[in-house]
Amino acid sequence: MRFVDEFRDADLGQALAGEILSLVEPGRHYKVMEVCGGHTHSIYKYGVDDLLPANVELVHGPGCPVCVIPMGRVDDGIALAHQEGVIFTCFGDMMRVPGSNGSLLEAKAAGADIRMVYSPLDALRIAKHNPDREVVFFAIGFETTAPSTALTVKRARAEGITNFSCMCSHVTIVPPLRALLESPDLRLDGFIGPGHVSTVVGVRPFEFIPADYGKPVAVAGFEPLDILQAIAMILRQLAEGRCEVENQYKRVVPYEGNTRALEVMAEVFELRPHFEWRGLGFISHSGLKLSEAYADLDAERRFSVPGVRVADPKACQCGEVLKGVIKPWECKVFGTACTPERPIGTCMVSSEGACAAYYNYGRFAREREVV
Amino acid sequence: MSDPDSRASAVSDREQKILGIIETARGKQKKFRDEKINMAHGAGGKATQGLIEGVFVPAFGSGALNEMGDAGIVEIEGLELAITTDSYVVRPLRFPGGSIGELAVNGTVNDLSVSGARPVALSLSLVLEEGLPADELRAEVEAIAAAAAAAGVEIVAGDTKVVERGHADGMYVCTTGLGRRDPRATLSPTAVRPGDRILLSGSIGEHGTAIMLARGEFELDAEIESDTRSLWPAVDALLDAAGPELRCMRDATRGGVASVLNEIARSSSVAMVVRERDVPVHPAVAGAAEILGIDPMYVANEGKMVVFVAAEAADDALRALRAVPGCEQAAEIGEVRTEPPGMVLVQTSFGGRRVMDQLVGDPLPRIC
Repeated sequence: MRFVDEFRDADLGQALAGEILSLVEPGRHYKVMEVCGGHTHSIYKYGVDDLLPANVELVHGPGCPVCVIPMGRVDDGIALAHQEGVIFTCFGDMMRVPGSNGSLLEAKAAGADIRMVYSPLDALRIAKHNPDREVVFFAIGFETTAPSTALTVKRARAEGITNFSCMCSHVTIVPPLRALLESPDLRLDGFIGPGHVSTVVGVRPFEFIPADYGKPVAVAGFEPLDILQAIAMILRQLAEGRCEVENQYKRVVPYEGNTRALEVMAEVFELRPHFEWRGLGFISHSGLKLSEAYADLDAERRFSVPGVRVADPKACQCGEVLKGVIKPWECKVFGTACTPERPIGTCMVSSEGACAAYYNYGRFAREREVV
Repeated sequence: MSDPDSRASAVSDREQKILGIIETARGKQKKFRDEKINMAHGAGGKATQGLIEGVFVPAFGSGALNEMGDAGIVEIEGLELAITTDSYVVRPLRFPGGSIGELAVNGTVNDLSVSGARPVALSLSLVLEEGLPADELRAEVEAIAAAAAAAGVEIVAGDTKVVERGHADGMYVCTTGLGRRDPRATLSPTAVRPGDRILLSGSIGEHGTAIMLARGEFELDAEIESDTRSLWPAVDALLDAAGPELRCMRDATRGGVASVLNEIARSSSVAMVVRERDVPVHPAVAGAAEILGIDPMYVANEGKMVVFVAAEAADDALRALRAVPGCEQAAEIGEVRTEPPGMVLVQTSFGGRRVMDQLVGDPLPRIC
């Protein structure tokens, strides 16, 4: 495939791997967090971590938008989906995320009309085609998907579609990063910045990471060469004693981001005072809801939802795993109360989460360390 | 004061212990704990396995069933017969490269073929939805007859049911196949050994992609046709070229090549290493998969099989396979190893390695 294969060139990958090897001090252990779930996916898909020296460890960050949705909100979604006349729409990968009493997939099997969509506009189309039904869209994701939800909400208003509403569970990337960085036991050396989020928010929002916390950042694209190059950039900063935000993904990410998308988001959304993250707890100003101007399209106002907070079991140590303080298997509930079949924390929900990956592939990873 | 060395080894002991516990849990027969059947139970991945191992095998367990082959082998007074059955619920009924009727014949013929049995006869059971246009039924009956003639099997028994409107997507087709085990075949899902080579009979992902695009849900256009065809000519050629050196064959339908490799790695307690670079994928399939974010290794085929063969016979087998019409693109895609047992590893085109796991659920609509 043209314009794709160029970014997956094995020879260039080997050259970058060689550069990375030349940048590390042999006795030092490096922990670099890729913030975004999309990066985690690419790292697994292409085996990027296999090309890194043993003392460069990638820590999978909190940026998987479905995994961070807490159980209570999944429960709310299921309750909504079971209401008379409701068609509940959501992205496919949200369907498997467990609530306290099953997932949306199981609710669908139990009779709720739950439909998978690829875009919020699909949900709006379903609303148009089913004027006698209430169509609810479960809006999730970081700043990457929030603009498309915002545009859909605006279009629903403009076209006078009144049987559409939105259960807004959008989150923002900076507050959880700040929460991680605030912890005194953080053991990370640098961050691979989220490329897709940055196309919207730009590079500036990440400048506090080097400025306030002294950690280098490289905003990166999602092809394997992008990721390797970003790792090389971070290691070079560390080797040269520099600390700044570098933009590896210049071909897509402008410094200022997408100002029009930001304007639409500012119009349609407002910050919640706090939002709960699975495994991380409540983080201030980290979630979005529909603004007062669009309150009539807010599913949580249109319908009554339980809104019950379901506490993560106290023993869950996702926060420490994300900070790189403990390895997945050192968590008290790992492999016992918390398994990929019955996950508790965000790191076990997605197959790419740090704990699920370790559960499924730990033996392979260990073999690799020995080689 | 404990010295750092002993502490490090104590930690790794604990890690070993935890990995050991997980391994035991993973190796155990899967339990079925779900309260209701959901779509994942039909997707061919972990949930399907849980259903089979947790409900069906305990209830029906017999020698032939426990083998978990694509067909069960029954011996009657020295005659080895293979029997298999399958239901076809594809939507839409007709799609580029085939239709439900053709699929219902080839799918069952292929389950017999990869079990080393020459297909002989089929039964045909139709579940028709009230209101189905007669022309559509006629077209499928013709497709069934043509596919059966091409595969050299006879339709020898049948049944028809009609259900009320809304209770079936136009029509469901069930076929049961009977075959005679070929004396050249010594195949078993437990027979694969370290050192064996893995062959693929052609390019992958075409059926599943053609169906997804035919549904028109993605607003994507590409010229991709289903690969539905009988695999018996390919199996016949392989048995001639490598008979006793053939360990196991399996058609890579629902769940794709990845599911076949995982199933066999598990049943033979071996590891597999696949070279992604050597796996043939049609450029249009690769493009569609890229856009949809799916891996062609998990996409269904209806005329492709994975073949495990002893290393010394691999070249002959591959040559024989490539001479069969429709298998020109056959390739050796990897080999079987000892460690880690039950796992499938991929050497990516980019140069890294990763684990290719069983499908956990099914984000995609049903396709076969």
